[in-house]
Order: sequence, then C-alpha cells, then structure tokens
Amino acid sequence: MTSVLTRPASAAGGRAQPVVFERGLAVLSNDPVNGEYMRLVLAAPREMLDLCRAGQFFNLLCPALGGETPYLRRPMSIYGFYPERGELHFLYKVAGAGTRALAQLREGDALNVMGPLGQGFRIDDDWQRLVLVARGVGLATLAPLALEANRLGRHLTAICSARHPDLLMSIDYFRELGAEIIPVTDAEGTSSLEHLEQVIEERVAGPGIDAFYTCGSNRLLTLLQRIGKRHGIPGEIALEQQMACGLGMCHCCVRPFRKGDKTVQLRVCREGPVFDIQEAMPW
Amino acid sequence: MVDLSVDIAGLTLKNPIMPASGTFSEELAEVFDIECLGAHVTKTITRGLRDGNPTPRVCEVGSSMLNSIGIPSKGVSAFLDKVVPFYRAYETPLVVSISGNTADEFARLCSEVTVEGVAAIEVNISCPNIEEDGKAFAIRPSSTYDVMRKLRAATHLPLWAKLTPNTGETPEVARAAQEGGADALVVANTLLAMAIDIRTRRPKLGNLMGGLSGPSLKPIALRMAYQCAKSTTIPVIGCGGISTAEDVIEFLIAGATAVQVGTATFINPTAMVTVIAELERYLEREKLSSVRDLIGTLIDEEQKEGVVFMEAAP
Repeated sequence: MTSVLTRPASAAGGRAQPVVFERGLAVLSNDPVNGEYMRLVLAAPREMLDLCRAGQFFNLLCPALGGETPYLRRPMSIYGFYPERGELHFLYKVAGAGTRALAQLREGDALNVMGPLGQGFRIDDDWQRLVLVARGVGLATLAPLALEANRLGRHLTAICSARHPDLLMSIDYFRELGAEIIPVTDAEGTSSLEHLEQVIEERVAGPGIDAFYTCGSNRLLTLLQRIGKRHGIPGEIALEQQMACGLGMCHCCVRPFRKGDKTVQLRVCREGPVFDIQEAMPW
Repeated sequence: MVDLSVDIAGLTLKNPIMPASGTFSEELAEVFDIECLGAHVTKTITRGLRDGNPTPRVCEVGSSMLNSIGIPSKGVSAFLDKVVPFYRAYETPLVVSISGNTADEFARLCSEVTVEGVAAIEVNISCPNIEEDGKAFAIRPSSTYDVMRKLRAATHLPLWAKLTPNTGETPEVARAAQEGGADALVVANTLLAMAIDIRTRRPKLGNLMGGLSGPSLKPIALRMAYQCAKSTTIPVIGCGGISTAEDVIEFLIAGATAVQVGTATFINPTAMVTVIAELERYLEREKLSSVRDLIGTLIDEEQKEGVVFMEAAP
C-alpha cells in the first residue's frame, strides 16, 4: 500500500488548510487484550500525532482479509497517541465484517487511515477534578482522556463498569496514569444505576466534581444528566452513529440535540463525536 | 503535455473530474487542495430548512452503499451567506445543486442562487414532486419537460439536469430535459434499493428504502449515459459508481463529456486526485493529445440502432 501524503507544502491565501491526513500506516502489533478486545498499534508520523486530541477518531479503511470485504471506512476512536514514540493505538471488539478484517492484520501490514477527525474532549482550566463513567469498550473511548488529564495534571476518577471483572477495560492503563479507579461489575452486583448514583453523589459531597465524561450508554447519560443538573456540574459525552465519509460531507451520522427549546440534528463526525452532556438526547 | 480540458455548454473545465453532489463539501478541502478539480458541486439545497430523514441513513451492501439522507438543508440564505463565499477563494467553477418539492418553488430557488460566483446550476430533478403523486420529476418525460421549462425561465446560468435511474424511459426523459432547456445532463442519481437486517427483520435504513451508489451502480449509470448521449445533443456528465480512471475512460468512450465521482471519495478521500493523475497518464500512453479525443468513441455501428433505446433486457 502506498503512503499518500495529501498535505500540500502550503495552501494559497484564503483557502482552507489541509489538516486531515490520509495515509497507509504500518502495523506494529495487533493483539488480544482480553477475551473480547484487540489492541492495534500503528506507526504514525509525528505531524499526524501532533494534531491528535483525546476524543477524536480516525476513519479506517479495513482491508479485504479473512474472506471479509468491508466497503465503507469504519470510524474508530483513538485509544492512545504518543508523538514521542510515533505510535497510534486503537482498541476494538471484533463485531462485524470490518473488525473481523482488522483482526487479521499482522505486524508489517499496512492500514490506510484518515484523520484525526472530529472534536475532542474539552477540559477547561478550572476543571480540576474530573470523573469519567463508562462501560465496556466505552472505556477505550475515554482512555485518551486519562492520558490528557495526566498530561495536564488534573485529578481523574474513573468509574469503570463491565459485566465481569475480567472485562474491565483499561483499568491498569488508567491506574498507570494516576487515575483513581472505582470498578463496578454486574457479576459483583455493583453496577446498578442506584449504586452508581450513590457512589457519584458521595464524591460530589466529598472532594467535589468539576466535570463528567461518559460515552455510549443511554443509562449512564440520563444518570449523569440528572446528577449534573442537580449540582450544576458540566459534562461531555462521546457518541457514535453509522458513518460514511467521516468528514461531514454526507450527513449520514446525525443525532438529535437540545439547543435551547429546539431540537437540532448535528453530525457526530463533525460537531462531535464529543458533545455537551446536557444537549445530548437519550435514544 | 495532454489537454484535459472539456467544455460543458460554454463552461470550460480544466479537467473532466468533479465531485457528485452530496459527496463533497468544504470539509474535503481539509484533506487536499480542491483547486485541482474540474468543478466544485455542492450538496443539494432546498429553499427552506429541512431536517432530513431518520437514522440509520447509511449502510453498506456488498461493495456498494445504500443511503437515505433526505436532503437536510439549512436553506437558501445560509447557503448564499456561508457556502458560496467559501468557494470564491478558488478559480474552479462552482456548480450549485438545488431541489424543490414543486416546480414553482424549485424555479424560485433557481433564481435565488443565480448569483456572482455560481458558474452553473445542477437541478436535482430526481427528487419527489409532491404535486404529482410524489414521484420524481425525472421519472416521466412530461414532468421533466414542465419543470425544466420553469427552471429555464428562472436563470441565465447553464442548467445541468440530474436524471434518475428510477425510470423506464431514459432516452425520452433525456430529450424532454433538453427540450425543456437543459444545457447538460448529469446521468445519473442513485437507484432506489433496499436492505433488511435478517436478525431484527427491520429495514437497515431508517427511511425503509434508499439510493444505491458505488461500484454496483456503475454499469447501470454507464448504460444510461450512453443512451442519453445518443438521444440528445447536449453534453452528458456521467455519474454512478465511478472510482477509477478506467471507469472515467469508459464513460467518456460511451459519450460522456465529463464525470462526477461520488461514493469513491468516501472510501478514498483523494480518489479524484488519483483519477485525474491516472487519466493524464493513460492519455499519454495512448498518445492522445486531448481527453476530448476519447468522447463518444464507442465502436457500436452494428448494434446501435437496436440497443440505444432499449429499455428491456435483451
């Protein structure tokens, strides 16, 4: 696969500056991290990684491998980006034709990626105590937030939910980055909304919470909207939708959002994938 | 040095490659310098605000795509205030795609987008005509002619009529568009199609049915482009599943003067850049000095009378 450098050396005055890369990147590794998830590590150029922000995504051109012929690109949130060592990480669950094909990639293969795309997480200067609440692969989407919080020296509490303790994603990663971990699981009977609400309320009352972050779950969204409203705590949510172009051209990936008394359709790829938690609408 | 320029009803394009409406917008300029394209074609707008269709709006079917987006639109004033000025930074001609639910509303919008900076108007007559049982204007010759007459009276700019494959009367519709005042034909829009999730037994698209695009549409669009080129005297712009320079060459040989690349851009955002470079290399290899030397060069003497107007499988 050829590497396509699409960024011109300079763009003429008044015109948009190309800021999105389409490149074939070499696979460094692609290994299972537990029974359900795989981690893909790609060698990426510094100039691409310098543009990445926590919460952004890439649109991956999944290869025709293993009898699969995925056609459209697959959007995948950044799991980690390390400009200093030239690595771009993705975490995925093998679920359909695209991820089955991705799972076939081996060291030295090439994968064409486009990105970074979309709006990342916002961390305001006065948001010192951050709390993320996520479940399953949603924890992967929020993993780069832990990296960013660590880089900015903010305190992060990660409330990590899963069916079973073995499926708690990324908790070692969060711990390494200095986050405080609160695991909750179905198997241990600690993942109910009532219990989560109690855990969060205790933290609101105790050290305090400046901002919430979540993704993917309707139940967590409504819970955090309720707690956020009750205490005036802002928050953000990373959302998904079926996409095609990933750039904002096709308008396939819209979702409804509350803006004042109106409902507006916003593109997950462009205005998102990270949105204000109070504007997001349960689905 | 080969000459890639073509002429579409008095408008010179530096090369015959342009985006298909709905698969292009200002955002693509974040990936490459869009000045290299033959034309810029905007996503269809309507006069008023439209939310578009329910999600999911897209799914893949084999190596092609189904979509039902429903022409979400921020309306004509937002378009004139924000979109048209963006393209003034480019020398590439701007082609504005418009649509309307009634012929009069359509014509009014046609007049409203006749502004400085717009080089041609692509009229998406493949959209439903709510005054006539909701079927697309371009399904029938009569409704095609009627709407084109009104659009023609609304602007002095070149009018490109975008036809639909959802008709059994391609040559008749093409001729009706020309008689109604079209300066060029864009052939064609997406083909009405459907996909079902066998696990949930629900349609894969929120709007039940949608338009098929991508490689599986190409032979159908090619057949239509050929029919239209044979049955009219105005330029035909091929559109439908074009992904490679070979696809472009096929359309040019069939009689298209230029082509639009659509879904391929979603797969490879720089597909048009690659296609332009490869088209140039092909012409050099074939020792052709101009891309125009390819147009309509299909060797079809013996069969043409029989198949040009055929609308049934042989």
